[in-house]
Amino acid sequence: MNTTTTAHDYSSAAAERSRSLFSVSFLAFLALLRRDLLIARHDFIGNLVQWLVVPAFFLFIFGRVLPQTGAAAPAYGALLLPGMVAMSLLMTALFGITLPLVIDIGNEREIEDRLLAPLPTAFVALEKVLFAALTSLIAGALVFPLAFLILGNAYQVRTDSIGTLISMMILSAFAGASLGLTLGTAVKAEQIGLLNSVILLPIIFTGCVYFSWSALDSIKWFQVVVLFNPLTYSSEGLRGVMTPGLHGNALPALDMRWVLLGLAVTIVVFLSLGIKGFIRRAVR
Amino acid sequence: MTENAIGSSPAQQEQVSTESRISGENEFAIEVRDLVKRYPKAQFNAVDGISFTVKRGEIFGLLGPNGAGKTTTIGILTTGVLPTGGSAKIMGLDVAANPVRVRQRIAVVPQKSNLDKRLRARELLTFHASYHAVPRAEREARADRLLAEFGLADRGKDNVNHYSGGMAQRLMLARALMHTPDVLFLDEPTNSLDPQSRLFIWDRIRSLNEQGMTILLTTHDMDEAEQLCERIAIMDHGHILVLDTTDELLKLVPGSANLEDVFISLTGRTLRS
Repeated sequence: MNTTTTAHDYSSAAAERSRSLFSVSFLAFLALLRRDLLIARHDFIGNLVQWLVVPAFFLFIFGRVLPQTGAAAPAYGALLLPGMVAMSLLMTALFGITLPLVIDIGNEREIEDRLLAPLPTAFVALEKVLFAALTSLIAGALVFPLAFLILGNAYQVRTDSIGTLISMMILSAFAGASLGLTLGTAVKAEQIGLLNSVILLPIIFTGCVYFSWSALDSIKWFQVVVLFNPLTYSSEGLRGVMTPGLHGNALPALDMRWVLLGLAVTIVVFLSLGIKGFIRRAVR
Repeated sequence: MTENAIGSSPAQQEQVSTESRISGENEFAIEVRDLVKRYPKAQFNAVDGISFTVKRGEIFGLLGPNGAGKTTTIGILTTGVLPTGGSAKIMGLDVAANPVRVRQRIAVVPQKSNLDKRLRARELLTFHASYHAVPRAEREARADRLLAEFGLADRGKDNVNHYSGGMAQRLMLARALMHTPDVLFLDEPTNSLDPQSRLFIWDRIRSLNEQGMTILLTTHDMDEAEQLCERIAIMDHGHILVLDTTDELLKLVPGSANLEDVFISLTGRTLRS
């Protein structure tokens, strides 16, 4: 019965401890990532449905039904699609990190075993950000084939700047995940219901998803308000690289330099706030 | 050179050997000096200037009622709580300065289950080991061995939500052993367990200690402390009131039959009050 630990276990434990601090932390980081991947694989069907249902309805009603009934312009689908991709990216990343974190770090303390892993606490937070960003990139990419199926002829996406498009998607994913980390550490488990009304809806409706920023010229105050929403930069950035020009002119979108600045500021500010908040919640 | 300096850089070796000298050639697994913790907005110190040492291979008990500061002390020693003052070292490593290195050397079995419910029982063990860089073949073999030893061999694929309290406690102890820690922390290890599970856990604790593992346990159960611990510190209101072997503690209060009597005579209250 007394074989719980063997001499071999002790010698291999000594070998594991002799690794450099960086190597120990890096291996632990990879293991955390593998844990999240395994869970995502268990939940794959559920996640897939979650990723597809909202964009499918929006694309169908706003991109197909409204234009066909004359309630929206025929080209509205092309203007809406970048907004839908941006919304999918940002919201999947945000909720992919906020909800599990609020539950994990709240009453259950299920995250404790990961906090006791040999890596700096900030790395545990960074792993969550990376994982949420990766899953949201899948969700965002899935909107393209979905739109191709739903929009029919109205599906028009420029392919001349794929590199910029992918970079814009990656930045949007990390912006959403950083925002999610901050929210996840700031919101208490009992306040989760508020997230929908206080966070989700305002972000979606002021994020230039359904309209372009330049079209707000006639409502100046609102045009300024939406600039405080990270989703605006994501939507406008994608609009700038995705939508085909009208009559030889590119569809007006927020200048790419402002887009990059907006997304970069979102990532830097919310990532640092989120990591600070995470450490404050994790180490009492 | 000490065992924990194998393969480390000259600077680290220097640090470890300096630490060893300070701690008497690393005779101590745990060294706590004038440790203080005050939580934000709290009126009192949860831990109020305690000092003690635990030798390598010792079973040491922190005995006291709820709110005595036992869990906070474990929290600091296991890097989950930052001390407000004083110092704490595990195997010569300062817990506040070297949390990552300390985490490699310790394992914790908490009071309430903190099992990762998204994983199945066996995955819980293998992932824990993989966080600690245990190679794949080894962690798989170790998980099977530990599941068998803890009577969970046929429950490895179960969702841990379906585990009873005793099974969860056994699984948490198995998880703690996956990376072969030097120091094992047990916070109220048998609280609310049935007598059979309790005896099983006690038996495992003794056997681990026989293999050289240093164990610090907290309890408000005097019987548990008497049964398992070589030395006991009785805590109340963040202070250590007395610290000695069980026999010496019993001698403190003439006529006392057990540690409960000692505690009552020191504080005027019972342990469970």
